Amino acid sequence: MSQTAALPATFADETSPAERVRGYWGTVGYRLRHDPVTLFFGAIVLLIVLMAIFAPLLAPFDPYKESVVLRLKPWGYRGHTLGTDELGRDLLSRLIYGARSSLLMGLVPVAIATFLGGTLGVIGGYAGRRVNAVIMRTMDVFYAFPSVLLAVAISGAMGGGMVNGMTALALVFIPAMCRVAETATAQVRSLDFIEAARATGAGTLTIVRYHVLGNVLGPVFIYASSLVSVSILLASGLSFLGLGVKPPTPDWGLMLSTLRQSIYVVPLSCALPGAAIFVTSICFNLVSDGIRSAMDVRL
Amino acid sequence: MSATADQRDIGGPAQPLLIARNLAKHFAARGASKSARVRAVDDVSFTLFKGETLGIVGESGCGKSTLARLLLHLIQRDSGELIFDGEPVGAPRGITVAALRRNVQMVFQDSYSSLNPRMPVQDSVAFGPFVHGRRKSEARRAARDMLVKVGLNPDLFGPRYPHELSGGQKQRVNIARALAIEPRMVILDEAVSALDKSVEAQVLNLLRALKQQFNLTYLFISHDLNVVRYISDRVLVMYLGRVVELGPSEAIFIQPLHPYTRALLGSQPSMDPAHRIEQPPVTGDPPSPIDPPSGCRFHPRCPFAEPVCAQRSPELGAWRERDSHVAACHMLDPASGHSKAMQ
Amino acid sequence: MNAEPIPAISAQQIAGTAFGHDEALVEVRDLTVRFVTRETTVHAVNGVNFSVRPGEVLCILGESGSGKSVTLRAMMRLLPPRRTRIEGSIAIDGQDVLALDKRALGELRGGLVSMIFQEPMTALDPVYTIGTQIAETVLRHKGGSRAAARARALELLELVKIPEAARRLDNYPHELSGGLRQRAMIAMALSCGPRLLLADEPTTALDATVQIQVLILLRRLQRELGMGTIFVTHDLGVAAEIADRIAVMYAGRIVEEGPVADVLRAPLHPYTQGLLASTVHGQSRERDIEAIPGSPPDLRRLAAGCAFAPRCGLVQSECHAAMPEPRYTAAGRMARCVRITQAALAAAE
Repeated sequence: MSQTAALPATFADETSPAERVRGYWGTVGYRLRHDPVTLFFGAIVLLIVLMAIFAPLLAPFDPYKESVVLRLKPWGYRGHTLGTDELGRDLLSRLIYGARSSLLMGLVPVAIATFLGGTLGVIGGYAGRRVNAVIMRTMDVFYAFPSVLLAVAISGAMGGGMVNGMTALALVFIPAMCRVAETATAQVRSLDFIEAARATGAGTLTIVRYHVLGNVLGPVFIYASSLVSVSILLASGLSFLGLGVKPPTPDWGLMLSTLRQSIYVVPLSCALPGAAIFVTSICFNLVSDGIRSAMDVRL
Repeated sequence: MSATADQRDIGGPAQPLLIARNLAKHFAARGASKSARVRAVDDVSFTLFKGETLGIVGESGCGKSTLARLLLHLIQRDSGELIFDGEPVGAPRGITVAALRRNVQMVFQDSYSSLNPRMPVQDSVAFGPFVHGRRKSEARRAARDMLVKVGLNPDLFGPRYPHELSGGQKQRVNIARALAIEPRMVILDEAVSALDKSVEAQVLNLLRALKQQFNLTYLFISHDLNVVRYISDRVLVMYLGRVVELGPSEAIFIQPLHPYTRALLGSQPSMDPAHRIEQPPVTGDPPSPIDPPSGCRFHPRCPFAEPVCAQRSPELGAWRERDSHVAACHMLDPASGHSKAMQ
Repeated sequence: MNAEPIPAISAQQIAGTAFGHDEALVEVRDLTVRFVTRETTVHAVNGVNFSVRPGEVLCILGESGSGKSVTLRAMMRLLPPRRTRIEGSIAIDGQDVLALDKRALGELRGGLVSMIFQEPMTALDPVYTIGTQIAETVLRHKGGSRAAARARALELLELVKIPEAARRLDNYPHELSGGLRQRAMIAMALSCGPRLLLADEPTTALDATVQIQVLILLRRLQRELGMGTIFVTHDLGVAAEIADRIAVMYAGRIVEEGPVADVLRAPLHPYTQGLLASTVHGQSRERDIEAIPGSPPDLRRLAAGCAFAPRCGLVQSECHAAMPEPRYTAAGRMARCVRITQAALAAAE
């Protein structure tokens, strides 16, 4: 039998309609674009981020400039749209600048935790057995403490400050991140295409890089995005307790703490940093929910 | 082309491509007592000749999938020997596992897990050549060529993701992936079992054509006797980790020697409503491979079982010739003491 | 050449007279099922008509995506209501299934109608013993004492030929082998003496030697208990073993229907013919199998016309115009293909 004759003369599925190829990320993007709630809150998040970046352009006053005369003035007093704080600094400017530290404290610890925890999780999940046991049992130790308590304890031990606060938060998030990555990796590892990749003679690193990471990043990213709002809240809490950002740096948690004493003088101003924390955190949360449902593509 | 000499062929056409000798793999049984062992593959020996298709049939738990993974060293064997084209695998003087995997590839049962869901299928196919040192663009080109050979238009299907393909198309991609590094032997582990009948036929035809074109040797694992009969030159029947019968395809299907093989054949639906099966050939389920029955493992379900069957394990006869037809049954051994043994 | 399609109505009249005055147990008319999601609509079932008489076994034969399982699930209203649009009518023993409220539906399921699945683990609760589960079902539908229900459970396990039934009553599902589990599920399905049994590929996941045992068991039980049965399968061999009649589904429509022997021996529709030819059973090893080219249509965008036309070797221009109406060559022998009239006439001559 001649071999060419035996091979298919035409392609098997020329008849099937040519389907538009959207791919995984294409589908996710499509869903996000058609999700008004996520789009709306995403826009607010974007505004907050822009506000933080362009704070020097947006802020009407220098957020550090104190004035004994202008202490605790009400809204609209002499161009101070939102009044002033207990040291006479412009509140609006401080709120705008405060977005910087809040976002930083929200994003950096999560990024660190995602990288470190994710790496540990992938290693543990792919290596299995003893390596996995060592990594995961270590993580379990951290799990034993409530996250707020752990964050306070670590940053308290290290002595406050923005960097130490971020380190503390990162340490709090690493175990959870590691667990998510480990579960996802272990799941992928059991699938046939990993075995097929091994059968082609690929080394572990190559397999992890080309076949594991792509499948683990999704769940890890979803989880990380949900951690951002938690991180913002915790960071504000740390600052409020004096364990995070140090004065005079403008920070919402810190502002909440110092303005608290003036709650009977300027009640509205006191609520502002809290409102800012609330709005930012809930927007990140809702966006994260939107991303999660958009990424829930059944493959 | 199939007649031209393959440079990779070391021992010539007469030398078996793969010899498995006394392969065994036992797992610790999960959830059972500590001493319980799953005897997934137990003392399995066979020879795979160059250019043939050896079918392996058996029911779930018979160890056929474990056997496939042992052959590719995806699982470490407990004992036994594997010889690829005259060279022992993993032995100091033989070939390495990496070299074995360059020569032997595997196609898995089509399921959601057989292709990386986050990778366009052409990249999945290109992965093998890439791993073996080709540049990315070259690997991609090889992948597209291979897609053409399995009947998929690379422009249309190459950039797609697995979930955008039908079961048959996915399985074509899986075949392309296995063939992309130009192996000499392909293990097809239930490769068509999950497909619809009309698509299964397409893929079987494709497999036959590719075998011709690339001068391949197949190990075809399936639970579907009709398919195995159609595609295989020789057939090996497994039951609970052991080989119970081995022989040329037609001989096994026309004149099965082992009672289990007969039961398996008799359990096939008749395809004729006028001649329905009224009595099941055997009763009960295959026992669990955890602590399997003593002696002949089929004896608890065998209609011809006698005390000797529970006491001694029957030997599979000599199988070195291509056309030898052997079965591990005391009834075939005059010296066994079984009353029905042929004299 | 008489190319006029025979109207469906008159054909049904023929069918009615041929079957005598048997009241149909199941009457499905113009059933369509669509799954609507944010992005797409999947047309899973597109106008399905069939009826089942008491004590009759109808096999719905089709490949994956043909709509056979969806049809079965629609009859039990097991599809997620939020995403599913069901139209048409389903009458079981005179009850309009699509109009039933929750309570009546609960009585229907497990009482008048029972269903068995491919995977028994989906139907059996892993945290209760087999005996408890069967007894619960009996209690819920029939009432009576706990002891009586348990006695009934034992009786049922013996009925489905589970060895050492008394001991098995206290087993959990995971302690049973695949075949026994399937038998236990069948016992549970039979616990309240259903008049209609819906079987969704109940033997597909089983090993060959076990599959035939379960098939023979189902056939015997169905005959002894006189249940009407709808048996969904993709396997021609299984259908040949159990069916009285076969309905072949393709792309959400029944394309051929008839007595089992007629459909398997002299298929009318090119799809059925192709299915038979491409099913491997003792073909010559020298030649390729006659496969049906291409793959089934995308149910998200079904074109007008016969859904099989793109894969059909005998396609004509009129195939693309509209889905052919059912055409009958004899009472109860139907196919939806434009070539039927010629073929039937040729066969008659």
